[in-house]
Amino acid sequence: MAQIIIQNLRKDFGEFTAVKSSSFTVEDGEFFMLLGPSGCGKTTTLRMIAGLELPTAGEIFIDGEEVSQKRAAERDIAFVFQMFALYPHMNVRKNISYPLKSQGMPKAQIKAKVAMVSEILGIENILNKPVSGLSGGDRQRVALGRAIVREPKAFLMDEPLGALDAEFREHMALELRALHDQMGATTVYVTHDQLEAMQMGDKIVVMNHGSVEQFGGPREIYDWPATMFVADFIGSPSMNFLRFNGTVTKGDTSILLNNYLFDIPAQRQNASGDLVLGVRPEHCSLNDNSGFRGDIIATEYLGTTQIVTLDTPSGILKARVLATQTAKVGETVGLDFNPRTVTLFDGSTGKALLSEANKGVLGNG
Amino acid sequence: MAEVRLQNVSKSFGSQVAMDGVTMTVPDGSFVVLLGPTGAGKTTTLRVISGLDKPDEGQILIDGQDVVGQMPAQRNVAMVFQQYSLYPHLSVRDNLAFPLRSPILRTPADEITRKVGEVAGILQISHKLDNKATELSGGEMQRVAIGRALVRSPQVYLMDEPLSSLDAKLRSDLRIELKRIQSSLGATMLYVTHDQIEAMTMATHVGVLDKGKLVQFGPPREIYENPVSIYAASRLGSPKMNILPADTFPGAPDRAASIGLRPEHIRLGSGVETEVVRVEHLGDQTRLHLKINGAKLMTLTDPHTALKKGDTIAISPLDPLYFDTNGDRLK
Repeated sequence: MAQIIIQNLRKDFGEFTAVKSSSFTVEDGEFFMLLGPSGCGKTTTLRMIAGLELPTAGEIFIDGEEVSQKRAAERDIAFVFQMFALYPHMNVRKNISYPLKSQGMPKAQIKAKVAMVSEILGIENILNKPVSGLSGGDRQRVALGRAIVREPKAFLMDEPLGALDAEFREHMALELRALHDQMGATTVYVTHDQLEAMQMGDKIVVMNHGSVEQFGGPREIYDWPATMFVADFIGSPSMNFLRFNGTVTKGDTSILLNNYLFDIPAQRQNASGDLVLGVRPEHCSLNDNSGFRGDIIATEYLGTTQIVTLDTPSGILKARVLATQTAKVGETVGLDFNPRTVTLFDGSTGKALLSEANKGVLGNG
Repeated sequence: MAEVRLQNVSKSFGSQVAMDGVTMTVPDGSFVVLLGPTGAGKTTTLRVISGLDKPDEGQILIDGQDVVGQMPAQRNVAMVFQQYSLYPHLSVRDNLAFPLRSPILRTPADEITRKVGEVAGILQISHKLDNKATELSGGEMQRVAIGRALVRSPQVYLMDEPLSSLDAKLRSDLRIELKRIQSSLGATMLYVTHDQIEAMTMATHVGVLDKGKLVQFGPPREIYENPVSIYAASRLGSPKMNILPADTFPGAPDRAASIGLRPEHIRLGSGVETEVVRVEHLGDQTRLHLKINGAKLMTLTDPHTALKKGDTIAISPLDPLYFDTNGDRLK
């Protein structure tokens, strides 16, 4: 298995720039997520790592070797596509052994490898079945088996769960992650589903319009987003943005917003003009003693918690509170934010302002 | 708006039983969500109410009137399908106005303009009114399809997974919108979905269907907290309820075969030893995957927990539900 280093990677398709200048490192054995909306360049990035596209500029190192201009077959990686393609006329065993057979591996060795892989995937009992009659999950496992059996340096996966229904996707996500924990293989995984990325990834790169917005652990990215795009894209419901016109000075620990003073983490830089206060729904609480008030316009019961939508002087805001708390549509309630979790953004650039709270995550640029 | 009553309705397609003696009352002005996996009979229930399918047996009453012999057009119901069907050669405006221009309704022109404008505003497609239906994205087409049902004032709305083709953000906006529209119109709505969040957040009542039978009917909170079976319990809640052998914890009643524990109904720190298999940080919640006597279990914990893979932690149940060997609830 291997480390993958991406440096200043760029890809132009004629006039259109799909990837502007990506740099990130996938450590050996990591489960690494490329996350972003459609058209953000995540699949193009993956295809360049695989060798299915050649970059316009930049470098790709797999296991220390620069491979950006090498052919796909020379890179020793395995690609799992969204639409897993199996050979319909072959049975499961033949589908899995095919890559080894084409490498010219001796029969006995192929047999042993297929046995090992099918045990890992729990598909020993279907090895002699034709693939046409298999359930979606089993087809997925066979496709994975075919990738695993070669023991490549890395696995590249392009939304392998995208075509499955929600319930089954959750199940396969757990299975994939357990498989990864067992094998420790470097995996780069493309998805537009932020929950999938949070759930499975050791690291996440968030991309937008061909650029890397942020790169880090799931919790870092969730708690301390570098940009408003990341804050909005990750989390459901997404982070609340309260826009205001104001000034912050280095060292400030509170901010005046609509004539109400909010505590915030100590700021590390000056900013003024169009500013945004960002707070996650679960860090908002209903508190009658608070002077900042909102009208409840909707409540959504979710079992453990509920989402309360409020109309406030600073716009619509969502709070995630316990389902046992009373919140009725039409009521006016006070709102509190957990001050340690708040991020301020520059509204014109969308970038987070540095504070004592997020400097550990964002401090190095 | 009207009450819809099904009495002992059955419907088979060949040997396939789609509805098996369903008796259900959809109260006037309620938002009823039907839940169940593929093949449970959800869509067939909508189709027999709309008149697209005829039941083999039983009565269907809309506003007290038996409608089984009536044509779909005579029933005054509006149906929205999962696969939107729009008139491709017409503009969005004309697609929305189409139901109102029906000769039976004789809607005045200014009334049509007003209704179309209002509905387009609600569904955030006002800027697309002059586009052809084919010039829209999938999400926009589906909103037009919903809009076409909303411009009319039928006795009941029937919706078959109308949001399932939309992206997450739009879906969560439209959930609130649909709920708001339904309650402000006082509309009777029967709604089919796979998505338990839609059921939890929009429904006044949830009907749980299992192989054509209605196994539970009540407010979402009641089904979440007080399910009649493992099957019903598994329909609501994400992450799902944990089902473990009854003897995992001491104190199970005699006939209990399994114990059901919602992820939030597990107390950490005392009781039976478990092993931490995985810690998932999802931002707003942290999921703890545990192994207990070989069985898997998931619970929620503090976002900044120090627990990690390989640790051991003792747990005990809080408000456990017990089920017998058939999966039925023991009370």
